[in-house]
Amino acid sequence: MTRFSALSLFTKAFGGHQNWPEQWPDAAPKPAYDAIIVGGGGHGLGAAYYLAKKYGINNVAVLEKGWIGGGNTGRNTTIIRSNYLYDESAHLYDHAVKLWDGLSQELNYNIMYSKRGVMMLAHNVHDVQSLQRHINANRLNGVDNEWLTPEQAKAYCPPLNISPDARHPVLGAALQRRGGTARHDSVAWGYARAAAAMGVDIIQNCAVTGIRRGANGAVEGVETTRGYIASKRVGVSAAGNTSVVMQMAGLDFPLESYPLQALVSEPIKPTFPCVVMSNTVHAYMSQSDKGELVIGAGTDQYVSYSQRGALHIVEHTLAAICEIFPIYRRMRMLRTWGGIVDVTPDRSPILGKTPVKGLYVNCGWGTGGFKATPGAGDLLAYTMAKDEPHSINAPFNLDRFRNGRFIDEAAAAAVAH
Amino acid sequence: MILIHCPYCDEKRPEIEFANAGQAHIARPLDPAGQSDADWEAYLFIRANPRGRHHERWRHVHGCGRFFNAVRDTVTDKFETTYKAGEPRR
Repeated sequence: MTRFSALSLFTKAFGGHQNWPEQWPDAAPKPAYDAIIVGGGGHGLGAAYYLAKKYGINNVAVLEKGWIGGGNTGRNTTIIRSNYLYDESAHLYDHAVKLWDGLSQELNYNIMYSKRGVMMLAHNVHDVQSLQRHINANRLNGVDNEWLTPEQAKAYCPPLNISPDARHPVLGAALQRRGGTARHDSVAWGYARAAAAMGVDIIQNCAVTGIRRGANGAVEGVETTRGYIASKRVGVSAAGNTSVVMQMAGLDFPLESYPLQALVSEPIKPTFPCVVMSNTVHAYMSQSDKGELVIGAGTDQYVSYSQRGALHIVEHTLAAICEIFPIYRRMRMLRTWGGIVDVTPDRSPILGKTPVKGLYVNCGWGTGGFKATPGAGDLLAYTMAKDEPHSINAPFNLDRFRNGRFIDEAAAAAVAH
Repeated sequence: MILIHCPYCDEKRPEIEFANAGQAHIARPLDPAGQSDADWEAYLFIRANPRGRHHERWRHVHGCGRFFNAVRDTVTDKFETTYKAGEPRR
């Protein structure tokens, strides 16, 4: 693996940036591995990386049915935050935020983590009460979050319309300063490169078509489009397709998959310094380093694997954005796309063991999985290495839908699901 | 936006007139007290979520207001058929 540094950039620049070596090899599957990760998104690649780095399990394969970073990892709006209401969620998401810090240095790969702040707007009395409750709960859990007056919010994000006559008046805002954005492709590539350097095989165009179980019910390996691969440890991190994979092992999951859309505008000069979310009217925006406004729309109302959504969902969010940020009314939107998100009944993820021995799962991140990428990878690796969940992900078990110990972020979550 | 045929109005109307109401043909247990925790979990939370042919309920909220069932392919989003509530599964 070529180590990236200012010197390597400098010397390659003299060669016209020719002859950069491939960052990791395109591996072919071996007959057997110590562990298999199904799903080559950020979460799965992160799990493989931490399995190798922290637990010395290097004989690992990551199986990706398409190409690395071509699923939800490359389709999200790249927001990072941890201002969740419940203790379990705050610990889970803040674990990830702490890992985002320093990840570029650790991976020797610039993931462009930018702590530009995530600001959530309050438009009515209920929003004010709800956001202030979040702020208090977050601070008790050691997660930074603070209340801003409308004038302070405007100072933090100048394009904001705080006129009292506005269609959606701003009564205040909650700001998590550690929140921000990262470059999503870099996260996948950085993990892939670092994991491959430690011996992990990253296998693309390799869809899992079956899960083989032994006489005692334990996992023995997976059938794929590129042949059978044996492994006694299989971690599934397949986002919207988790239900489909789990049914190969005979497990029915409490998940439903929906298309979630995002869109970007034409690129413009830097005008939008932070991330702003308005849960009540569903406006949700940041500006990428390329200059595009990055906008998150909602999910469609029906189960679908189509990876595209309906136009009226996009119109709905753009209507809100034109009211809250009138300076962008004449912007043109360049691209829209959809990703398939797996949603649990309580809108919290499922991360842990399954009833099948040797089969582990990381799913149910719904509309907000990107922010958790390093944390989810780290905790899935821990769970697979130790065959027991870490105390942070123990509450996010599958049993909670039977015993009723939900982590009900459904109503508390940042975006109306 | 998809077009949906309401079997009551017998018209194909745009999706925004309708509300999706989840998986179809899930019967409420007749003996609630006799259900185990696993039965409740299955009834309340476990869903088919298939990649392909899917039975689901829709309600024509901005039309006749009635519930009906539909069969749709979840990969193409194409409707195979819609039929009235109470009719057998297709």
